[in-house]
Formats: sequence, C-alpha cells, structure tokens
Amino acid sequence: MISLKGVQKTFNRGKANEVMALRGIDLEIPERDFVVIVGSNGSGKTTLLNTISASVLPSAGEIFFSGENVTTLPEHQRSRWVARVFQNPLSGTAPDLSILDNFRLAALRTSAKSLKIGVDEKFRNAVRDKVATLGLGLENKINQPIGTLSGGQRQALTLLMSVMDECKILLLDEPTAALDPRSAEVVMKTADDLIKQYSLTAILITHNLKDAFRYGNRLIQMAEGQIVKDIPSSAKQSLSEIELYSWFM
Amino acid sequence: MDFYLTALLQALCFSGIALGIYISMKIFNIPDITTDGSYTLGGVVTGILLSHSLPVSAILPIVTLSGALAGAVTGLIHTKLKINALLAGILVMTALYSINLTLLGRSNLPLLNYKTTFDTLTLTADLNQNTFLILCIFVPILIGIIGYILKTDFGIAMRATGNSETMVRALGVNTDRMKIIGLAIANSLTATSGFLMVQFQGYADINMGIGIVIMGLGSVIIGETIINWLRITSVWLSLAAVLGGAIVFQLVLAFTLSIGVDANLLKLVTALFVLLIVSLPRFSFTKAS
Ligand SMILES: Nc1ncnc2c1ncn2[C@@H]1O[C@H](COP(=O)(O)OP(=O)(O)OP(=O)(O)O)[C@@H](O)[C@H]1O
Ligand SMILES: [Mg+2]
Repeated sequence: MISLKGVQKTFNRGKANEVMALRGIDLEIPERDFVVIVGSNGSGKTTLLNTISASVLPSAGEIFFSGENVTTLPEHQRSRWVARVFQNPLSGTAPDLSILDNFRLAALRTSAKSLKIGVDEKFRNAVRDKVATLGLGLENKINQPIGTLSGGQRQALTLLMSVMDECKILLLDEPTAALDPRSAEVVMKTADDLIKQYSLTAILITHNLKDAFRYGNRLIQMAEGQIVKDIPSSAKQSLSEIELYSWFM
Repeated sequence: MDFYLTALLQALCFSGIALGIYISMKIFNIPDITTDGSYTLGGVVTGILLSHSLPVSAILPIVTLSGALAGAVTGLIHTKLKINALLAGILVMTALYSINLTLLGRSNLPLLNYKTTFDTLTLTADLNQNTFLILCIFVPILIGIIGYILKTDFGIAMRATGNSETMVRALGVNTDRMKIIGLAIANSLTATSGFLMVQFQGYADINMGIGIVIMGLGSVIIGETIINWLRITSVWLSLAAVLGGAIVFQLVLAFTLSIGVDANLLKLVTALFVLLIVSLPRFSFTKAS
C-alpha cells in the first residue's frame, strides 16, 4: 500500500542549522497494516508522516501508494488516499465552523467542493448518527462551532471525519498527546475500531508505550532519522512491555 | 434628515467594500488593502463605460471582473511569490493608481447626463428616496449571492481556509487557489462599491479611493461587534450584521459632521472612530475574543 524508497529529508540545507531529519528510509507497509512508530523527540517521526501526506516534500527518494508514484503530488492531491489526525487537536478541525460544516468538508476530501449546497437534511442526519456512535453526546451539538468543544472531543471528531470519505491511509501523529487519560482512551479506542471497521492502512506515532504495546500489528522504532527496529506482527505479540521500555533506556 | 438619508445611501453604496473586507479579513484572515485601488478601478471603469453610453447591465459584469482581476493579482503575488499579503496589496494598489489614471485619462470625469442604475426604475418622484429603494433591492441581492456562495460546499472550504489551513490542505483543498479566488471575490465586491458610488455622486475621481479601506474595516469591526453581541452563527445574519456595521459607521460620521466638526478633519475623525471601536473590547468587562 505504502512504499518508501530511500526517502531523505534535510531541512535548511547548506545553512548552519542544517538538520538531516530523515536519512534514507526504506519502508514497505502492506494494505491493512497498523504500524506503530516510537522514538525519542526529534528522531524524525513527524517528518516521516509529513512526507507521506506531502506536507513535507522529501529531498531525495520516492514514495508509492499501491504502486503509483506519488512523490511529486502536492498535499491536496495526496489527500485522495490519506486522512490525518494531528498532534495538536486544533489542527484537524476548523474552530469557527460548526461540527456539521467540518464534517461536510471531510465528506468531500476526495472530491471537488462545488457551488452547490451539500448540507441537507439527509447529510445532517447521517452526521448525527455518526457522531452518536462516539457516545460523547455530541450529536445534539452539530450546529455548534467545533472550537467550543474540548481537545479530546475534537480529536475524536477528527477521527470520525477521516472516514467520512473514502480513505485508505490513516496517519495519526500523537493523537492523544494533549488529552487527559480518559479522553485519550476514547480516542485510541475509536481509532482502533475505525481502522478495523474500514480496513485502513494506518500509522500511529506515540510516546505512550502502553498504547504502542496494545495497538497495531507492527512496531517500528526510529532514531536520528532512521528506522532502527522493525518488529513484525508475530514478534510484536511476544514482545513484553518491559522489553519495550528498555528500548528507551 | 436628508443629511442622514445621504449617509444611509452612502453606507449602502459602501456595503460592497464592507462585504469585501469581511471576506478577505474575517473569512480568509488576510489583511488585504488592494481595496483603495480596486474601489477606484470599479468607479473608473463605470465612469468610462457610462460615458460611452453602455447600459449599466453590461457595465456591472465588467466592473466585477476588473475588481476580481485586481484581487487575483494580489492573491497571486501573495501565494505564488510568497510575499506578505499587506505588501502585495500595497503593490497592486499603487500600480492601480497609474492604471486608473491612464484609463480615465484625467483626474475627474463628471457623469451627470447619463442613465445610471438609479434611473433604471422610478419608484418614487423623490430622487434620493428612489435611489434608496433601488439600493434596497441591489444590496440584498448582493448579500444573497455572497451568502449563498458561503453556504455551498465551496463556501465551506473558503471559510475553513482562513480558519485552519492545515486542516483544509489535508482535506484536499488547494489553499493557494482558494485564497486567490477569495481575494478576487473580495475585490470584485469592492469594485461594485465603486460602481455604485460613482453613479450616486455623479462623477468618477482618481482620488475617490484614498483611505477608503478604513470604511470597510470600520464597518466590519462594528459588524463583528454586533455578531458577538447577538451570538450570531448564521452566515446570512453575519453578512447582514456587516451591512449594519457599514450603516452605523456612516451615520456616526454624519453625526460628527452635523455637530460641526470641520470636514477637513473627516479622515482624522474616521481613524479615531475606528481606533475607538477596535479598542472598545479591551475596556469592556464582557468576554473579548
Ligand atoms: N520545518 C522544519 N524546519 C527545520 N527543521 C525541522 C522542521 N521540522 C522538523 N525539523 C527537525 O527535524 C528533526 C526531526 O523532527 P520531527 O518533528 O520529525 O521529530 P519527531 O520524531 O516527530 O519528534 P517529537 O517526538 O518531538 O514529535 C528535528 O531535529 C527537528 O528540529
Ligand atoms: Mg512529532
């Protein structure tokens, strides 16, 4: 599904503050894999996700989705495959727009935003039903600006928004970093359910080793812009939490 | 009384600027001051075409297109050359001064003997009242069109662009293109104000746009105060509030003049008034965003 060949990223090339954020990443992620990436701060995890979504263009290397070379496709075109949940709950939603309008936009991720009014009764009901599945009581607030909700509620909605339109790849960059433990739990469970229900290929970045342990079928550790450990499904199951902790010692 | 009616008529003529600034500043979050130039451009184009006896129904589309072009150039400079929006606007505004002067061929063009929008319908004998009634048809249609656009899927993408650029890009929107279109719409509205004003005052003038952006800004800020006060979330009502802002603004200016403030000080009064309304939330005890 996703294939990275020799992907490199250097920020500020040639300047004093040059950073090699990615030093040649080769990665094959088959369809329906749920990959968890761990690694210390600054190891290049976010940059890796950003090259997949095209928020950052690689300095070298190539990226393929299902065999199609997408290396030069800009972000708004790569969104045909990719949905994202950001580390910052504020980045995934438009605060002044209602829940409904946010969902409308998400429902059009892969298609044109035309000059017709798409928010009708049918759409409204569909959103209400979808939002109700979260069990957060937000289905009665769909006309409220999404900015009035808590970070956790917004993250959960962002997740739902990502499956409003056809989605193949879901990128989660520390989706629970800003949340309290209970909201974090809701968001992670929602993510896991959606990934299974919609057969998504997913990548989750997390600093929470419990989540890294519990979710996903493959575990990757990054350090200094490289993949240093890649634990496949079978081995991940037999990995103990203690072992995982020891990676960071 | 007539004094205030004139202010009201001016406000309605300025509604295009107010809506334009609302779109660029509030919806797209871009400080666009192409306004001074595109307003004059709208006026100049109207003046020239009127004096060539073109019907207003043909002039209006040309005016909106010319305004849109000016806005699109600012948008292109801002997004493609990555130049600060304020500077991009100043550049286009400055260039437009020469363009307007070249188009007009002189600094002032009187238009008293031509058939304007305000002569197309005679609803009452009183000239000002007739103008008022025609504006009461024209301006709601303008608000209707903009409101409709903002309600569409495209409009949602527009509103989201100024609100959370990271999000809209991830949702498949080409934000550069969106901003260019947004500035084009904003400046075509501004040009429409020029179109109305020139016909209302009976002449086109090369300096008619100087400092006009402040009218739009002031109107939008008052409009926003109304929006916050009444906790308006509807798109239509927000646009109506901006129109309300334009009216309040002109009435306050008319009032200042009526109590005997020197007309030469008008721009100073305007600036101080805008300063006052901008700083008002800082002093009030209610929530300020
Ligand atoms: N836009 C940028 N400009 C310059 N340097 C950058 C930029 N983005 C990232 N970097 C640098 O690239 C390196 C990798 O950053 P990245 O954000 O990918 O790390 P990360 O693994 O996500 O870290 P964290 O766990 O803290 O989120 C860091 O040294 C960072 O300073
Ligand atoms: Mg990161």
